[in-house]
Amino acid sequence: MLAIKNLTASVDGKEILRGLDLQVKAGEVHAIMGPNGSGKSTLAHILAGRDGYSVTGGEVRYLGEDLLQLEVEERAQQGVFLAMQYPVELPGVNNMSFLRESINAIRRARGEAEIDTLSFMKQVKEKARQVKLDEKLLKRSVNAGFSGGEKKRNEILQMAMLEPKLAILDETDSGLDIDALRTVADGVNRLRTTERGMIVVTHYQRLLDYIQPDKVHVLANGRIVRSGGKDLALELEARGYGWLLEEVAA
Amino acid sequence: MGQTNSEMEALIAGEYAQGFVTQIDSDTFPPGLDEAVVRAISERKGEPEWMLQKRLEAYRHWLTMDQPDWAAINHPPIDFQQISYYSSPKQSPKLESLDQVDPEILATYEKLGISIEEQKALAGVAVDAVFDSVSVATTFRESLAEAGVIFCAISEALRDYPELVRQYMASVVPHKDNFFAALNSAVFSDGTFVYIPKGVKCPMELSTYFRINEAKTGQFERTLIIAEAGSEVSYLEGCTAPMRDENQLHAAVVELVAMEDAKIKYSTVQNWYPGDHEGKGGIYNFVTKRGDCRGDRSHISWTQVETGSAVTWKYPSCILRGRDSVGEFYSVAVTKGFQQADTGTKMIHIGENSRSTIVSKGISAMQGSNAYRGLVRVAGKAENARNHTRCDSLLIGDRCAAHTFPYIEVKNPTAKVEHEATTSKVSEDQLFYCRQRGLTEEDAVSMIINGFCKEVFQELPMEFAVEAQKLLAVSLEGAVG
Repeated sequence: MLAIKNLTASVDGKEILRGLDLQVKAGEVHAIMGPNGSGKSTLAHILAGRDGYSVTGGEVRYLGEDLLQLEVEERAQQGVFLAMQYPVELPGVNNMSFLRESINAIRRARGEAEIDTLSFMKQVKEKARQVKLDEKLLKRSVNAGFSGGEKKRNEILQMAMLEPKLAILDETDSGLDIDALRTVADGVNRLRTTERGMIVVTHYQRLLDYIQPDKVHVLANGRIVRSGGKDLALELEARGYGWLLEEVAA
Repeated sequence: MGQTNSEMEALIAGEYAQGFVTQIDSDTFPPGLDEAVVRAISERKGEPEWMLQKRLEAYRHWLTMDQPDWAAINHPPIDFQQISYYSSPKQSPKLESLDQVDPEILATYEKLGISIEEQKALAGVAVDAVFDSVSVATTFRESLAEAGVIFCAISEALRDYPELVRQYMASVVPHKDNFFAALNSAVFSDGTFVYIPKGVKCPMELSTYFRINEAKTGQFERTLIIAEAGSEVSYLEGCTAPMRDENQLHAAVVELVAMEDAKIKYSTVQNWYPGDHEGKGGIYNFVTKRGDCRGDRSHISWTQVETGSAVTWKYPSCILRGRDSVGEFYSVAVTKGFQQADTGTKMIHIGENSRSTIVSKGISAMQGSNAYRGLVRVAGKAENARNHTRCDSLLIGDRCAAHTFPYIEVKNPTAKVEHEATTSKVSEDQLFYCRQRGLTEEDAVSMIINGFCKEVFQELPMEFAVEAQKLLAVSLEGAVG
């Protein structure tokens, strides 16, 4: 469903991605690991279409289409979801209304009817319970005054409600205690289906104790330097990134 | 006096010979202002002598005044001799069909969800005889009359209820109040008069909309609302659709009087022509609005949504004279393009235990400049007066400006005055977040802005609030990026 070929990109003239290749098939969960500054978040943002990154070469095909040609909202409407590392606050915008507007915007773009209030309410309550998000937070402004953990749970709730085809989680585990981590992982696991692709960007192996990835990739200096199974993550956990970087350099 | 004057006299004489009453609707005075013009206006209206004397007094005083220059606005000087001070209610000719209306306006009506018949009325197209509002207006008048409510044009009131008008007019905004109030007092063309008798709860929201045939009263509007003891009224002013009024200067005066236990709620949605994309043209809106909480426990509430005009200079105020009286001001002011707004309120606490609330939301986009200017004054006798002010500014883009000028004068040690102010920006991060969830940039901005304005929209009557939201979305379209 996602094919990235030889992608190069820069931020403010500084080259961050230097020929990145990645293939994600429907039903697969890919973990992307790597040291700080390796380009993990850049990759996530480029896939979502954020301004400020210039793609200088290569291509990204998503469901056979040129993803990079699409506007941010068009990508979202076609099923690309990015759970953010730092979810922003939207003061005055009711969390539940936001979710509903979002679902309806996506439905409208697909020529589907808007969601009816009753089934929306039912779903949102059920899913909020699953991600252990206090129902009161549904009535508050989006992320306003939420704790770090609450913001991440809210991201997972949005993901569950929007049912994306390709979900990208950008360091969703950062700053979470073990309970929140487990909830986030449960949320991801619940969404694993044969149709859905997922990219889990993380710095630490610990998230992968709860999410079993099909593939683990190590991103360093703007390209994928090694790919493997879960064992690779465990090896990284035990030995750090240093040895791998040295091997690659050698 | 100069040539203008003799021309004027000739004109008046000529008109008079033909019987001016039937001519009123179609004539327009040549530009210029002097005593003869003031006299002519009064004469056209068939006003009582005392009204003419008041106008002349105001005119003479106006001559001694200078245009105020303290507001945070810039505009070329207004040449008061270039303005025509009396014209038929609507200068633009009646159009035959909607095909003759500017398509840009029609597109906006469409977005606002205004029905075809309403569109015709708003655009100045001759309205079919079956136009719903006509019958609505009739039933409406009948049930008001039953309740004893007077709701008519101020010129009608001067004719039918001269003593009421005489008693209250200029009792809240005297002609000496300010430059534009003096000008209005001299040359006001028409406006609205509302009288709610003792103990009567006005059975419906009063709206200028229902007076559609009289609503286009030109640039110097005068409104007077009197709520007798224990009465209640909600008045809606303006129209949510864009009135492409080409008059350059609007200088209105609105006076509210609330007696014991009376409650007046005054809501405005102003969306006049803001000028073109280069900042040319547009309305200069200089308005004096003031409410007098004359009786104990009286309550006056101003709610305004200001999205139009090139320049807005407006401070709806409350004089809290009665004990336990309450004043409120809820405002959303939007400036984009080259629009400038200097708006706010004055809460003058005189009565014991008087309370006031100010919620001001300023939104600036593109090169817009938005200033909140507010005065809270607590007089020596106002024991336990309370004020809470909340003043928020929202910036969109990096070329706009927001200013806050709070003035607080407290002469009573038991008073409590609170002022909160925030400035925030619609950030790239917020827009990206919303778009990543499938919303377009415009939907995202409108959602964030509606969130920002929620506290004020809640104060508007339901239907108005919905329209105000839509209007805001339309007026900020394309303001981002």
